[in-house]
Amino acid sequence: MTKIFVLAEHRQGQLRDITFEMLTKAREIAEETGAELTAVVLGKDAKELAKPLADYAKTVIAVEDAKLENFNSEAYKKVLTALIQQHKPALVLMGHTSYGIELAPRLATALNLPLATDLIDLAFEGDTFTVTRQVYGGKVNAKATARKAETYLATIRQAAFAASKPAAPANGQITETPSPLTEEIAEKRFLQYVLPPPGGVDITAAEKLVGIGRGIKDQANIPMVDDLAKTIGAVLSCSRPIVDKNWLPTDRQVGSSGKTVKPKLYIALGISGAFQHILGMKNSDLIIAVNKDPKAPIFSFANYGVVEDLFKIVPPLKNKISEIRTQKA
Amino acid sequence: MNIIICVKHVPETSEAELRIDASGKTIEKTGLVYDINEWDDYALEEAVRIKEKQGGTVTAITIGPDDSDSTLRKCLARGADKAIRLTDQKFTGSDAYAIAKILHSVIKTLPHDLVLTGMQAGDDGNAAVGPILAEMLKIPHATMVKKLELGTGIAKINRELEGGLEEQLEVKLPALFSIQTGINEPRYVSIMGIRKAMQKEIKVVTLADTGLTEADVGEAGSWIKIEKMYVPPVEKQAEFIKGTPDEVAVKITEILKAKGLI
Repeated sequence: MTKIFVLAEHRQGQLRDITFEMLTKAREIAEETGAELTAVVLGKDAKELAKPLADYAKTVIAVEDAKLENFNSEAYKKVLTALIQQHKPALVLMGHTSYGIELAPRLATALNLPLATDLIDLAFEGDTFTVTRQVYGGKVNAKATARKAETYLATIRQAAFAASKPAAPANGQITETPSPLTEEIAEKRFLQYVLPPPGGVDITAAEKLVGIGRGIKDQANIPMVDDLAKTIGAVLSCSRPIVDKNWLPTDRQVGSSGKTVKPKLYIALGISGAFQHILGMKNSDLIIAVNKDPKAPIFSFANYGVVEDLFKIVPPLKNKISEIRTQKA
Repeated sequence: MNIIICVKHVPETSEAELRIDASGKTIEKTGLVYDINEWDDYALEEAVRIKEKQGGTVTAITIGPDDSDSTLRKCLARGADKAIRLTDQKFTGSDAYAIAKILHSVIKTLPHDLVLTGMQAGDDGNAAVGPILAEMLKIPHATMVKKLELGTGIAKINRELEGGLEEQLEVKLPALFSIQTGINEPRYVSIMGIRKAMQKEIKVVTLADTGLTEADVGEAGSWIKIEKMYVPPVEKQAEFIKGTPDEVAVKITEILKAKGLI
């Protein structure tokens, strides 16, 4: 039977959410196409990591090797090349994550197989592999087809699919496959994990956040928004461009490469809502967004929206809230 | 140190309202402002800083029509020494794989200790050209690079992982790195620099010069083919607060008060 491979992603002994998101979507495709869902896990403790995967997949291929302790795209490329050539799966799913981005394009090139990246949807339409991905920063969707091949490779966007356990555990069979690695990868070596420098502010603990994005335009405009935040009793946070420009420290960044927050109130000022930012704040209790562009993706996630220049809204808003706070006091 | 930097000339769309064009396969480009891809801007800065520290040459390469020259001029003004533009009608429809083949056809003929790309492009966002190119060049690579230190024959780099974590790797040179935003602070270009850059030559290369065939490039040479583009339907929408800024401020204040947030 043809197989669908899902490459389990893990770091520091923990399986990552994307693994179960991919397994859930792959189960749907497997049911539609009659393929066998197979999870593939490479690592130093692959057999241990394989156990929870067996609830989702019919088979789990575990490749256990001390040389696979930390992710190394070259080591993964070698192992997966052997597995793909042996099993000839119809589809191989990997995360569009720091690991999948490092691995998938090079693996596809080495195998001469087509790859589609950062997918938000995928399906076999007849014998055509059809994918949906976002372009222009998420403002436009593109539907594309892959050239015909025996095996298709794909990377899947984080949180594009909600993970759900099958009603009945798949009781997948765990098979250990010997590692084809004969030596350590010499040209690329893992040295260590580097934690961000400890900061003074923990935005994940804040009940209220005022977030700023590109729309703030200049570092000189930040004190004005910080004033508003202080008036509300909120902490100032931001999207990625603000940290890239060094206008605020890394510990203020909300999003997939920063912090995931769940405050009671999140006010987004001049943040368009790239999916990486949305991932970090979509579970906030109340979201109010101010943005000039009526089609900004942030408005699909906000409870309340204001289509306006943030500089016109911030000063009167600060004044009104001050008034109320003074009355209370 | 011979440094190659691959750049892309892309439309700035973060604050623009986009429409699909008549073909249904791309966006309406008239009226959009083009510039160097944001990630490439950081890669360019990194290349120039390495050259300033260690000496060597920086060669900027792009694929695109005449107007891409302005991005190459920017590279030259910022400190690149040479510029090459690959252009051909037949390149239209190329995906990441075909783009990497086109870049490879030129880079393989040039000395290269270091190849830098942006981690992704702001338009199609594949995040794939760098590693594909590295496999074709048979050199090691790392993506999402946030820190780059060069030693003798080796680079120590930090890659960005999720949630603020990074990993440090040691990679043998020659190598390809795809650069993440925030690795440095790209400099502004002086008027003098722009003037000088206008006089420098941009070498133009077409399909016939690359050694590739029509079957290697465009849709024919790609892994995936765009069938259609569309503005995604809005599934859920915020309740919009309308009025003058003062009225909006009053309404927001009322909402916050009702929820006990102030």
